[in-house]
Amino acid sequence: MIEYKNVLTTCPYCGTGCALHLQVLDGALVGTLPAKGHPISQGSLCIKGWNAHAFVNHKDRLRTPYIRKNGKLVEASWEEALGLVAEKLGAIKAESGADSVGFLSSAKCTNEENYLLQKFARAVIGTNNIDHCARL
Amino acid sequence: MNDRLSTLHETILQVFPQVEGVLALKSGPAGIAAPYLFSPQRPEELDRLALWPKEPVPDTLKIIQRAHAEAKLAVVCRGCEERGLVEMFKHNQVQWDNIMLIGLECTQEEAEFCRCWKPYTSHATTTVGDKIEGVPDPLTDKIAAMSIEERREFWKKEFEHCIKCYGCRNICPQCFCNICTLEDKKWVETGHLPMTNPSMYHMIRAMHMTAKCVGCRECEETCPADIPMGVEFRLIARDVIQMFAYETGARLDQKPPQLLVLEEGEYERTGLPH
Repeated sequence: MIEYKNVLTTCPYCGTGCALHLQVLDGALVGTLPAKGHPISQGSLCIKGWNAHAFVNHKDRLRTPYIRKNGKLVEASWEEALGLVAEKLGAIKAESGADSVGFLSSAKCTNEENYLLQKFARAVIGTNNIDHCARL
Repeated sequence: MNDRLSTLHETILQVFPQVEGVLALKSGPAGIAAPYLFSPQRPEELDRLALWPKEPVPDTLKIIQRAHAEAKLAVVCRGCEERGLVEMFKHNQVQWDNIMLIGLECTQEEAEFCRCWKPYTSHATTTVGDKIEGVPDPLTDKIAAMSIEERREFWKKEFEHCIKCYGCRNICPQCFCNICTLEDKKWVETGHLPMTNPSMYHMIRAMHMTAKCVGCRECEETCPADIPMGVEFRLIARDVIQMFAYETGARLDQKPPQLLVLEEGEYERTGLPH
């Protein structure tokens, strides 16, 4: 059976909140269409939105974490990667204080993800050093 | 449910036993509709059938046929979408023999929104809605009446607003080349906005739309800078009719002039300037 549908979603690229349709053919992502009638983007997109589908199945996309070992990036499990980050952050905090750590969140994340990161910065690490990518 | 919608619903139900799917619009979250392939196995989904907005349906069919060339499908299409399919068929982009066209005639209001000269289908065997005549295109007439200098100024100003989103090319069902000149740095510069020579992008596109644009106005609708590029293509289309007696998207049996080999003496007959 042939299946073709469009999934309405929000563009992942910046904070404007343009809507777009992801074109799905037989369960696979095949393209992007602008969403006519959407109050923010009104059927238009910028060049990034038009290519919002392109990275999802891109061959260059990272599929596992990598850890640099002896100057070389080596594939790692999520458990190992997160363990290493936790260990180093803990060590830096213990050695130089919580304010020696800063967090940069992203306009590509959802509100909820950004909320989580500031919560992590403030409540877990104990610093107000939290900002977002637009001021990088 | 209005008349056209219920008639279309009824028509699709009648067509279902003969096809594997019907390409039409389905209303989604917040009433925003998008192309959808309705399946005869799930007729209840037709409760969310929608008529508007106009979408680049010929391109959607191409996407589906690329994976399912042999599938028997029905397509709900407006006049412009039908013309797009005709033109794409001639360029080997869609299969024609295994599709059934359900024509959706545009209303006066829709035709005026599109400044459409032909808001009706010609090939569809089944049609929904009452056929209306084409409406005037005051914007095209206004620009056509300008002097060359005024026109140059007008377009220069319009093109300066271009943010180079490539939306006009992306949404255009007639833009299907694998290698696109607009992505060639020799012709279209990268890394600067506004472009130092924005006419380059738009003139290349205008040339490539010659005898291809069917006037669906998807490019104008999606343009974040509101550049009325449909006007350029309409004016070129009028020249093509005059010079080559070729009306884009009208007839299946007439080859596009780009594919035509001109024999000696043909120039005079078609009225091309010597």
